[in-house]
Amino acid sequence: MFRQAVISISDLWAGYEADTVLEDVNFDMYQDDYVGLIGPNGGGKTTLIRVILGLLQPDRGKITVMGASPKEGRRHVGYVPQFQVEDKHFPISVWDVVAMGRLKPGLFSNTFLSPHDKEAIEKALEQTNMLDLRKRTMNELSGGQRQRVYISRALATEPKILLLDEPTSSVDSQSSTQLYELLAELNERIAILLISHDLTAISTYVKTIGCVNRQLFYHHSKEITEDMLHSAYECPIDLIAHGLPHRVLPSHQHGEEHDRTN
Amino acid sequence: MIEQIRTIFSYGFMQNALLASLWISLAIGIIGTLVVLNRIVSLSGGIAHAAYGGVGLAYYFGQDPMLGALLFSSLSALVMGVAHRKSKTGADTLIGVMWSIGMAVGIIFIAMTPGYKANLMSYLFGSILAVSASDLKLMAVVSLLVLAFVVLSYRNLLAISYDETFSTVRNAHVNLIYLTMLVLIGLTVVVSMRMVGLILVIALLTIPAAIARIFLKDMRGIMALSTFLSALFCFLGLVISYQTNLQTGPVIILLASGVYLLSALVKKVQAVRNK
Repeated sequence: MFRQAVISISDLWAGYEADTVLEDVNFDMYQDDYVGLIGPNGGGKTTLIRVILGLLQPDRGKITVMGASPKEGRRHVGYVPQFQVEDKHFPISVWDVVAMGRLKPGLFSNTFLSPHDKEAIEKALEQTNMLDLRKRTMNELSGGQRQRVYISRALATEPKILLLDEPTSSVDSQSSTQLYELLAELNERIAILLISHDLTAISTYVKTIGCVNRQLFYHHSKEITEDMLHSAYECPIDLIAHGLPHRVLPSHQHGEEHDRTN
Repeated sequence: MIEQIRTIFSYGFMQNALLASLWISLAIGIIGTLVVLNRIVSLSGGIAHAAYGGVGLAYYFGQDPMLGALLFSSLSALVMGVAHRKSKTGADTLIGVMWSIGMAVGIIFIAMTPGYKANLMSYLFGSILAVSASDLKLMAVVSLLVLAFVVLSYRNLLAISYDETFSTVRNAHVNLIYLTMLVLIGLTVVVSMRMVGLILVIALLTIPAAIARIFLKDMRGIMALSTFLSALFCFLGLVISYQTNLQTGPVIILLASGVYLLSALVKKVQAVRNK
């Protein structure tokens, strides 16, 4: 049976002005996937997210989201950004944050929430167990609760793909476990792409793992084989251990050998 | 006391001034909240000072200075806004440059205009005597425009203020909303300068919102409270400046700053106690 990829990237190069951050990236993701991408800081994780969301135009190559250009297709993407500390004291309630998931284009098209909008918001809050706290302001919440609000906001968009950027960066370990359990549940209906530098946490929950470090190492393997884990693990560790940013490994299969010689 | 206040406001120019404070407070409360929450105080300062170039040019060519100020502030709001959208650091420099160019153009053209021009000081420092019937009309129009915009576009404004990237991903019209907001900042600055002057208008724009933000946690509430506070400061400023024969603008700003410092102190003490 032919399966339509929800995200499809081929021969993609992207970066900022003369500085290429991602090169020759090929990646296909399908409806029931739950992909964890790990990689070191500066390895291109954020750039990849920006390209998928149509916030950065790639220099070369092709990318489609739900079969369309990122700017079109991104309305099917529930984006869960990394929590920004400077937003912490912004005066906004949980409900109003989640209502952002129902934003539509147009200067005056968001004056009222339709009954369907309200339903979607309530449902999204229920799914993350945050409905009771809907009147709270964001700065009254713990890190784990804030993350749940962001996931609710993404769910309120009624997405086909959930895209999470470092979801556990400001969350304690117990909330982080709950978070991954929730994501596993959501994956029954929604494709999930999770990007993080935290390998140990995500490897337990995701179905497949890839590694972003200038290039994307990903084989869409259903099971996390020892070899797969190792190669994914190799690249950030190698980078952190030897302090060589932007080093491109010739091929990650040779990683082990490479490490020994160092 | 009440008798005194009644006497003060029996004069036509004081009634105009009071009405003017109420109108501009509506715009100031709403726009000021957006300026504070979006952290674009310096951008607003740039818009205000660029407006002075319009005052000078209009004066030189024998046009209404208010018209010149409105045109200049809207135009500079758009230019600085587009630059700000592209790069925040690049815009910072541009804001500084346009800020000074506006002032320089204003000063030179006013100097080149022959005749008596004491009245022009009122654009810099404000004057309650300067509020005319046509000014009042303009204030009403601008304030109602601002109110209509925020009522119809509240969720857009809240969304782009809180998380611009997410709004973009939702394909909200972030640029259009942002630029409309900046033009309204420009218009608000221009109509408010009749009361407190160009130089102090940024203080009136930011201080009431900053106070309201200390106590409230909802953008709508902050807008309402800053509108009330702005009206209160203007009213008290009018009364005090009339009694003491001091200029209204600085009196209003000193009052507002005093309350701001006091509020911040109260909040600090509360925070320490709760620990």
